[in-house]
Amino acid sequence: MIEQIINALVTMAIGVLAAFVYFWGTNWLLDRFLGSDDPALPADQVTRLDRMRARIRPWLFLAPALLFMSVYLAYPVVATLWLSFRDRTGAEFVGFSNYLWAFQDPSFLQSIGNNLLWLIIVPTTATAFGLLVAVLADRLWWGNIAKSLIFMPMAISFVGASVIWKFVYDFRGPDSPQIGVLNAIIQAFGGTPQAWISVPFWNSILLMVILIWIQTGFAMVILSAALRGVPEETLEAARIDGAGGIRIFFDIMVPQIFPTILVVWTTITITVLKVFDIILAMTNGQWDTQVLANLMFDWMFRGGGDNGRSSTIAIVIMLAVLPIMVWNIRNANAEEVTR
Amino acid sequence: MVQKSVDAVAYSSGDTPPSRPVEWGRIAAHLGLAFLVILWTFPTVGLLVSSLRDKDQLAVTGWWTALMSSQRNEVARLAKADAQVEENSVFHIRGNLFEPGSGRSVISFGLRSTQLDAARPGDTLSMRAGGMITLEQDGSFDWVSPTPFTHTRGPRLFYVAAISPQFTFDNYVEVINAGGIGRSFVNSFTVTVPATVIPILIAAFAAYALAWMSFPGRGWIVAVVVGMLVVPLQMSLIPLLRMYNGIAGWTGGESKTYLGIWLAHTAFGLPLAIYLLRNYMAGLPREIMESARIDGASHFKIFTTMVLPLSFPALASFAIFQFLWVWNDLLVATVFLGNSEKTLVLTGRLRELLGSRGDNWEILTSGAFISIVVPLIVFFSLQRYFVRGLLAGSVK
Repeated sequence: MIEQIINALVTMAIGVLAAFVYFWGTNWLLDRFLGSDDPALPADQVTRLDRMRARIRPWLFLAPALLFMSVYLAYPVVATLWLSFRDRTGAEFVGFSNYLWAFQDPSFLQSIGNNLLWLIIVPTTATAFGLLVAVLADRLWWGNIAKSLIFMPMAISFVGASVIWKFVYDFRGPDSPQIGVLNAIIQAFGGTPQAWISVPFWNSILLMVILIWIQTGFAMVILSAALRGVPEETLEAARIDGAGGIRIFFDIMVPQIFPTILVVWTTITITVLKVFDIILAMTNGQWDTQVLANLMFDWMFRGGGDNGRSSTIAIVIMLAVLPIMVWNIRNANAEEVTR
Repeated sequence: MVQKSVDAVAYSSGDTPPSRPVEWGRIAAHLGLAFLVILWTFPTVGLLVSSLRDKDQLAVTGWWTALMSSQRNEVARLAKADAQVEENSVFHIRGNLFEPGSGRSVISFGLRSTQLDAARPGDTLSMRAGGMITLEQDGSFDWVSPTPFTHTRGPRLFYVAAISPQFTFDNYVEVINAGGIGRSFVNSFTVTVPATVIPILIAAFAAYALAWMSFPGRGWIVAVVVGMLVVPLQMSLIPLLRMYNGIAGWTGGESKTYLGIWLAHTAFGLPLAIYLLRNYMAGLPREIMESARIDGASHFKIFTTMVLPLSFPALASFAIFQFLWVWNDLLVATVFLGNSEKTLVLTGRLRELLGSRGDNWEILTSGAFISIVVPLIVFFSLQRYFVRGLLAGSVK
């Protein structure tokens, strides 16, 4: 074990050292071989060398990052698309048959349905709660403590959160005392405790609660910062005009921070599309809770793995993300122009 | 209208606005926020409290009752005749129903399971095997008989015990050793530390180039980085898995190695790192850069001596992000490191425990707490940087 830790630390040191040697070394080589400090050089030669170095240097700075991103992100996107048209081992071209399979497969269709439900409920609820907490906390003296506590689940892994909530949803026989909070409350109000995790529809909602619990803190932090950017004068003016707290909130605050609300909403949307740990840990897709990300993971290993089908599912997830990706790039480009 | 907004400016610059008689709105805000905070912290508190409870109590009572004592119907078998001692020609069998430190006390007892409340502590019952038994509240009993005991089978004593709240670290000891959490903790560290540190330097150089060097294609690269921020990891897994297997087959080595996962996490962290750092570096004052350039400093020198130290807050933000993300990751670890006993990280272990020990909440709660304690420490001690990073990464 000690050996393992030492190995990790040594690798880290080697990695950092290698990166440093690369950056420093290539930079030195560039200046050494295309340097223009030699006073004997003619003026046009100096300008030519200067220009060459200025043209090469950015690529030296960028090269390792570009290499990593090409191998681990760009190439796989193309390869996944390619694999989605091939059989389970990737050996044979099968045309669109993986896609045709997908749209006839009950668990795929169920996943699409569940994903839509997640997309409708989770980003909206988490953003709404985040906004509510941000507005309330900014008015109260203990607001920062409250924000810290509501933010805390952000640090917890999806699997850890699943354990926490599975305990909340725990069910112990119909007549025994319940140790899960949810069933205990239901029992206290005279209801019948149930194994909620296996009750279709409601179990999906209960899984969503976990993600909402985690993402609300994120929404809160971003929206709280945006709310602080709303000029105090406009709020005060509305107050003097006799607008109540709720009207000020909906008529003045929300429109002013709407772009930020949109950013938060889209960010959570992407998280929803990618999250699979919660489903894997809680139900593994049983009892009608399957979602695309977990189905993809499932097909990746099921029966030795089906590269074609799981690639197809990955492409479907990617297509769902694509509009947001385009929107993000456009925003970034617009910003670039104003810079 | 104009007059009013002038008033507003006057208020905001010093004077306090007139206070209203009863601020119902404020009270509602206090209550509403308190409700939300309780709702949000209750599940985690439950986990922590449960992980410290005695496992027998944990299984039968809700954690919110942890501070109350619970009642349990229990049964004990008394000793056989050979345990008797003779004192002044009276025969005794003495003993205690409870282990020392079990936190139990007797509420009532009886000789049949249907007669649990036949007697109170201190009362005496006559036994079918002869003699009389007296049971005290602390569980000690004295079974007295004028004639020698001859029974060959210890009779049973039924009782209701009050179990006082008990907190223990036993669950942690068990999960660290038998549950394999200890091993996984080390594995998680092994994965996380290099995967957090290595991308920083690589990203910082790239970010500097994108922020302060002009070259053709810069806009394109920025756009690609922004696009890659949201590309689902699912898109990368299968080709990379095939690639790793291919390399392993070709070199005759392993396909699931720490090196493999370090490189994967490095690459997956780069888009966010470059994006965050570039935004931060682009905000550094242009004058400083330009005067340094005029003084003849090279880009390399400006970067290492000025930009890198100035960017510390952004570097810290990213480091925290990457640390939390890698530590909490299950997907990449499962795919690139596998599920073997030797290399299972905390998230993978926890998932495995959920499957194999799904009802042993003492194992699950303590295991989960161990897995979340490191991120919680990082989070609470460095929250400022974390928040700053979130803001830089999202608000446009």
